[in-house]
Amino acid sequence: MAHDHHGDDMTAPPSDMALRVQALESLLVEKGLVDPRALDVIVDRYENRVGPRNGAHVVARAWTDPAYLERLRADATAAIAELDYTGRQGEHMVVVENDAKVHNLVVCTLCSCYPWPVLGLPPAWYKSSPYRSRAVIDPRGVLAEFGTELNDDVEVKVWDSTSEVRFLVLPERPAGTEGWTEEQLIPLVSRNSMIGVEKARPASEASA
Amino acid sequence: MNGPHDMGGMHAYGAINPEPEATEPLFHEPWERKALALTLACGALGQWSIDEARSVRESLDPALYTSSSYYQKWFEALTRQMVDKGLVTAEELETATVSQVPDAGAYRVLRADAVDKVYAQGGPTSMAIDNAALFKVGDTVRARNMNPVGHTRIPRYVRGHPGEVVLWHGGHVFADDSAVGVRRGEHLYTVKFMARDLWGEAAPAADSVMVDLWEPYLEAL
Repeated sequence: MAHDHHGDDMTAPPSDMALRVQALESLLVEKGLVDPRALDVIVDRYENRVGPRNGAHVVARAWTDPAYLERLRADATAAIAELDYTGRQGEHMVVVENDAKVHNLVVCTLCSCYPWPVLGLPPAWYKSSPYRSRAVIDPRGVLAEFGTELNDDVEVKVWDSTSEVRFLVLPERPAGTEGWTEEQLIPLVSRNSMIGVEKARPASEASA
Repeated sequence: MNGPHDMGGMHAYGAINPEPEATEPLFHEPWERKALALTLACGALGQWSIDEARSVRESLDPALYTSSSYYQKWFEALTRQMVDKGLVTAEELETATVSQVPDAGAYRVLRADAVDKVYAQGGPTSMAIDNAALFKVGDTVRARNMNPVGHTRIPRYVRGHPGEVVLWHGGHVFADDSAVGVRRGEHLYTVKFMARDLWGEAAPAADSVMVDLWEPYLEAL
């Protein structure tokens, strides 16, 4: 491996990984196979520009615009594209709706499939073995770890993302938000509520 | 393949311990940014499909797979793919010195000014196919008991179990073939499995798991 002669006495995995990634990048840039500025744009795109605020916008629009909700049910990919959220890892979107009787939860047991255009990159726990292994066999136990307790009469539906179809959970609209605007509702839509591990934030948590 | 990645239904991994959403960093090590970006930029070279990439990741040594962070898995697999495709050599990785300069003009190198357009466009996997769908929404089906040695997207925990077709997505690139470089479509369905059929009587009666499955994974029941 490339770290042997770099004179770096930190041999813990992180520094090893940092050196190996740097080495591959340098090789590929020198070969002309990678544009180093493209790497920066990719990181900027998914670190700063494409994230769960997009999904929150979709959800708040669906909560406030019944015609939009209908379009979202009929063709989620097209309805989400109306708000300009399109592309990689969101080419085939399906929206699943939570209510008082049904709670949906999304996982990818086989890898890390996740709807990037609306939620950005997945959090580390979503890609972890504990979540991937247990979400399908013990969804209620998983939800409890996120502080989400469901009544026994609520039906839990787990969606395992095994194809290129991507699922977005439409959380239940919090009580006490009647008449609120889309802009007021967006902060209540957490990323975790759109994966389905939590409910949307209560009205009391809205920032003034 | 029945690899370490197919972990749905296992108990051994313990608690999730999620970081709070508000304070969780998107990247936990600075190198993860470059591992992500290199994986995407190298994928854009067009030398492999996403299914081929997944196939390489799940073929990593099981001990490495289960002990690595996700970006480590990506990077290990990326390195192997670049070597397999002859874009870098093991010697170059060893010495961190370029010995072969490929004709970069022969490759679809992703330029900075194209990044946003390429990723906003994505790459749909839906495709027209000639044969009619064997199943329709509402049909009862069984996930086949099959154990292909190559890449597949039928998780072990549904194999042999009955389910109900709840969504039909039309033709989609069939992952098993795409993983070996053959882009061919099969009908894709979302199938609902009752939790009790998968996990036994201890599971709540109304709970269910939905799994996307291509037609070759299914048989009529």
